[in-house]
Amino acid sequence: MLHGHETDWEVGERKIADLAAPGEGTDWLEEPHFSPDGMSVAAVAKLSDDTCTVRVNGEDWPTAFEKVWHVRFSPDGRLTALVQQDGEWTLAVDGEPWENTFEFVWNPLFSADGAHIALCVQSGARYGLAVDDTPWETLFANANNATLSPDGRRTAAAVQTEPLGQAEIEKFEAGVFSAAVDAEPWSRNFVNVWSLAFSPDSARLAAEVRTAPRECTIAVDGAPWARTYASVWEPRFSPDGKSVVAPVRQGGGWILARDGQKFWDASYVQLWHQMFSPDGKRIAAIVCPRFGRWTMAVDDRPWKETFDVVTDAAFSPDGARLAAAAARDGRWTVLVDGHAWGRSFERVWPPVFSPDGRHVAALVEEDGRRRLALDGNVLSQARGDVLGFAFSPDGAKILSTCLDGGACIRRVERLGNGRG
Amino acid sequence: MHDVYQFVSGPLAWAAFGLFVGGSLYRIAAMILLARRKDVQVFEYMSLRYALRSILHWSVPFMSVNMRQRPVMTVVTFLFHLCLILSPLFVLGHVVMFDTSFGFSWPALPDQLADAMTLVVVAACLFFLGRRLSLAEAQYVTSFSDYAILALVAAPFITGFLAYHQFLDYQLMLVLHIVSGEAMLVAIPFTRLSHMLFAPFTRAYIGSEFGAVRHARDW
Amino acid sequence: MYSNGSTMTREPVQDDGLALGLARLTPERIAATTQAFLKEETGARLQVYLDTCVHCGLCSEACHYYLSHDKDPSYSPVGKVNQTILQLVKKNGRVSPEFIGQAARVAYTECNLCRRCSMYCPFGIDIAYMVGLVRRLCFKLGVTPKYLQDTVNSHSATLNQMWVREDEWIDSLQWQEGEARDEVPGLRIPLEKEGAEIMYSVIGPEPKFRTQLIYQAAVIMHAAGADWTMPATPGWDNSDMAMYSGDYELMGRLKRAHFETAMRLKVKRIVMGECGHAFRSIHDVGNRWLGWRDRPIPVIHAVQYYHELLTSGKIRIAKKYDEAVTFHDPCNIVRGMGLGDMGREVAKALTPELVEMHPNREHNYCCCAGGGVINCGPPFRNTRVSGNKIKAEQLAATGVKTVIAPCHNCHGGLEDIIHHYKLDMKIKFLGDLIYECMEKPWE
Repeated sequence: MLHGHETDWEVGERKIADLAAPGEGTDWLEEPHFSPDGMSVAAVAKLSDDTCTVRVNGEDWPTAFEKVWHVRFSPDGRLTALVQQDGEWTLAVDGEPWENTFEFVWNPLFSADGAHIALCVQSGARYGLAVDDTPWETLFANANNATLSPDGRRTAAAVQTEPLGQAEIEKFEAGVFSAAVDAEPWSRNFVNVWSLAFSPDSARLAAEVRTAPRECTIAVDGAPWARTYASVWEPRFSPDGKSVVAPVRQGGGWILARDGQKFWDASYVQLWHQMFSPDGKRIAAIVCPRFGRWTMAVDDRPWKETFDVVTDAAFSPDGARLAAAAARDGRWTVLVDGHAWGRSFERVWPPVFSPDGRHVAALVEEDGRRRLALDGNVLSQARGDVLGFAFSPDGAKILSTCLDGGACIRRVERLGNGRG
Repeated sequence: MHDVYQFVSGPLAWAAFGLFVGGSLYRIAAMILLARRKDVQVFEYMSLRYALRSILHWSVPFMSVNMRQRPVMTVVTFLFHLCLILSPLFVLGHVVMFDTSFGFSWPALPDQLADAMTLVVVAACLFFLGRRLSLAEAQYVTSFSDYAILALVAAPFITGFLAYHQFLDYQLMLVLHIVSGEAMLVAIPFTRLSHMLFAPFTRAYIGSEFGAVRHARDW
Repeated sequence: MYSNGSTMTREPVQDDGLALGLARLTPERIAATTQAFLKEETGARLQVYLDTCVHCGLCSEACHYYLSHDKDPSYSPVGKVNQTILQLVKKNGRVSPEFIGQAARVAYTECNLCRRCSMYCPFGIDIAYMVGLVRRLCFKLGVTPKYLQDTVNSHSATLNQMWVREDEWIDSLQWQEGEARDEVPGLRIPLEKEGAEIMYSVIGPEPKFRTQLIYQAAVIMHAAGADWTMPATPGWDNSDMAMYSGDYELMGRLKRAHFETAMRLKVKRIVMGECGHAFRSIHDVGNRWLGWRDRPIPVIHAVQYYHELLTSGKIRIAKKYDEAVTFHDPCNIVRGMGLGDMGREVAKALTPELVEMHPNREHNYCCCAGGGVINCGPPFRNTRVSGNKIKAEQLAATGVKTVIAPCHNCHGGLEDIIHHYKLDMKIKFLGDLIYECMEKPWE
């Protein structure tokens, strides 16, 4: 994902790297990943001596590894990859592996500012997380649903706190899972724990829990809501951290509940991905008001226009506007404030608002090529496939990264007045 | 006996037709409303093309595999339903009765043919009875109501046949014929005979699911 | 004379899951749960089906259990309805725990939900739907077979069927990639490749027991030059035993994870391995539970994908398999998607001769493993094997030594049947034969 801040916004285009020819001693280069400012591009390089490394802007990391996968830039621009050395796995940051190694590592998680990195780890068939090269003190028989707090200082996962033998259904029903924050499990177990979410101040943790085989609810810091439901979906804290909202299923339909109480009145065929506007004043969710008809609802009021699928919803930074990707009859479009763009595409990536909220842009696929579309118009200058984009902080320019053949191109362009 | 005849062919007949028509409309409407509320998929996936495709394949003798596997049952079933519906509609006595009462008529079947069709219905009922008694897979799921319904269906045809040929007491047979006919009509919406009302819907739905969703045949 | 709703003789079976659930039941709880269930979760369909069924027994010949048990009517589809849902409705749930135990046994282990009987009922009554209702009620009563429930527990805890932990999944893929790379230089199993055309999804047993299938799929994808990926997160498993245990809430969770993983990776379509029930879950069951009329991302079964690769020339066949084969039609992709002819075209391209079983295509007999029955485990193995003598006869009559079955459950079921009835036959996936017979430009 590209970021708008601390970036060179001079209009123009430059070739960052060329991946077309791997070069002598390299068997192949894998898919490229751009840094948030678009100034670097990295890919796994498979070397002819049966080792792997990461190639950044044409330069290999000094160390080669047995295996490398999952190359990703942290939001602060550091380059990470999962690497194996001497049969042990760890995370390498800018070519430098962590000191701690594990039997397996996966799913690196980055704090919003990129300053902290967490990693799912397994050693000796015990599971947990490691943050900034420090593994949890206790590992568990299983850990999943890993999450990193917004400030990047705390980690949590659903953990199996007790051994479970083969087909021990009675024990499973009694509950062998809990949520652990920084390796410290909640005081009680549940049948299942899913969808962990930290509060914005990183102090509290909410999760979906199954308290009994047919009863689900939301637990906050281990304390379940007073009533249970047939099913629940992911909890979300309000921006002020004071309340938790979650979709709950009752009476054959889904409603939005807050802190264990009915919050929205309407019952939907489906309701999920609820999100607060940044100012916390509004809540939007992807909803299915009638079987097969999907749209967004804002504060329990669904938009009129419905689609076969709605996904990737996002508020504008000021919370005034809302956009999502939507499809009908296999063609995708962008839905903004209840109205679809006039054009449809083979695919649409998550729409993004400009900082001032006036523009919406999204990557779209047309005739097999990935392009950048702004407010319903495809920006036609682009060659090759656009891989990512970001608005400048003043909303006047747009940065995009493209792959044209093997050429990795960074482009900054001014948004036309006509579209302003 | 005349008063009884007047009653069963007058007010009772009106009541029976009323219950049949009203009951049928009510059941279909109630079912549609219930389905709209509880079984939205039925309407969502209904496809006219595949509904008709399925209905066609099951309305023509021997167009389905199961019909071909059981030729006797297939012949009997089709003849039974054909005669069951056509003979009461086109038997001369019924046509004349309508003409006398309401002043309109339609072509009638020759008496001998109608007679034969009546016997086909009765014979088919006997066949179904024999089947229920002798075939394990039918007997296993047969309850008293299944026999009662069979008797209910056979009764108007047996009594009609007896009345037409003036066997036994004509007046009594006539009254019994009318009463049993009315009983059968009333039973259609409220018993398992309601398959007459619902079969097109069940076929249309499964035909739509098989055809439009699962791209497969259902016959 | 058979008394209504009674059951014919069955050998007693000890299943700890059923026993555990039954021990907690009281007639009051059964009645209350059943009444609430009938009110909340059934409607016009059930009522019309029960009213419309004239108890003619014409569905009987459709059922392989019935045919395999010398036409014992308690195994007929309508007989199973009579022993279960009909009585529950008639008595408004006032039944004994013993009745529920028996109903659970009928619904979970004596019906594969193969839907063949719908093709034999003159009214097109969806009997599998009604048996599914019985399972749903049994789930609500907590009466589920032990091994099926354990599989469902795995689904709930890991979002896959086989208790595969997150790292084990990735490790299995990387292991198979490494193995395959020894044979095919440059081969990759691209993980988490956002924007790829295809997400390839499999069922839990593939990374656990049948890793060669992942190997083969990778070789086929490589040879076809496919732009594909596999997720390194939960959501990779397309299977769904919750659909069969009656835990529809969990089914929804599994399908949501699967589809949202594909949407996160922004693929154009999901290609799934040779599994039948997963296709059913994705194509017209789980998606509907979530409110999607169709699929939010198009999904095709391996049979369709192989057909596409062969007809487009992306994969070329270098040699034929060395003997004649027969083709088993899995219910969930043949009655469930009409892929019988497509499967045959692929099979014929790979083999010298295809000897048909009779009946075939939509009318083929079930493997007797599907519908979650094989997942009910050892206690009911004999139920499955003795319940499908007819399939053994059908297989034997072909006289060939290889049966192709493009479905995992069918493999498990046919394997047991072939073993039990001492048929000298091998079972193959289409992928096995493609891998064996295709042109390998790197060789």
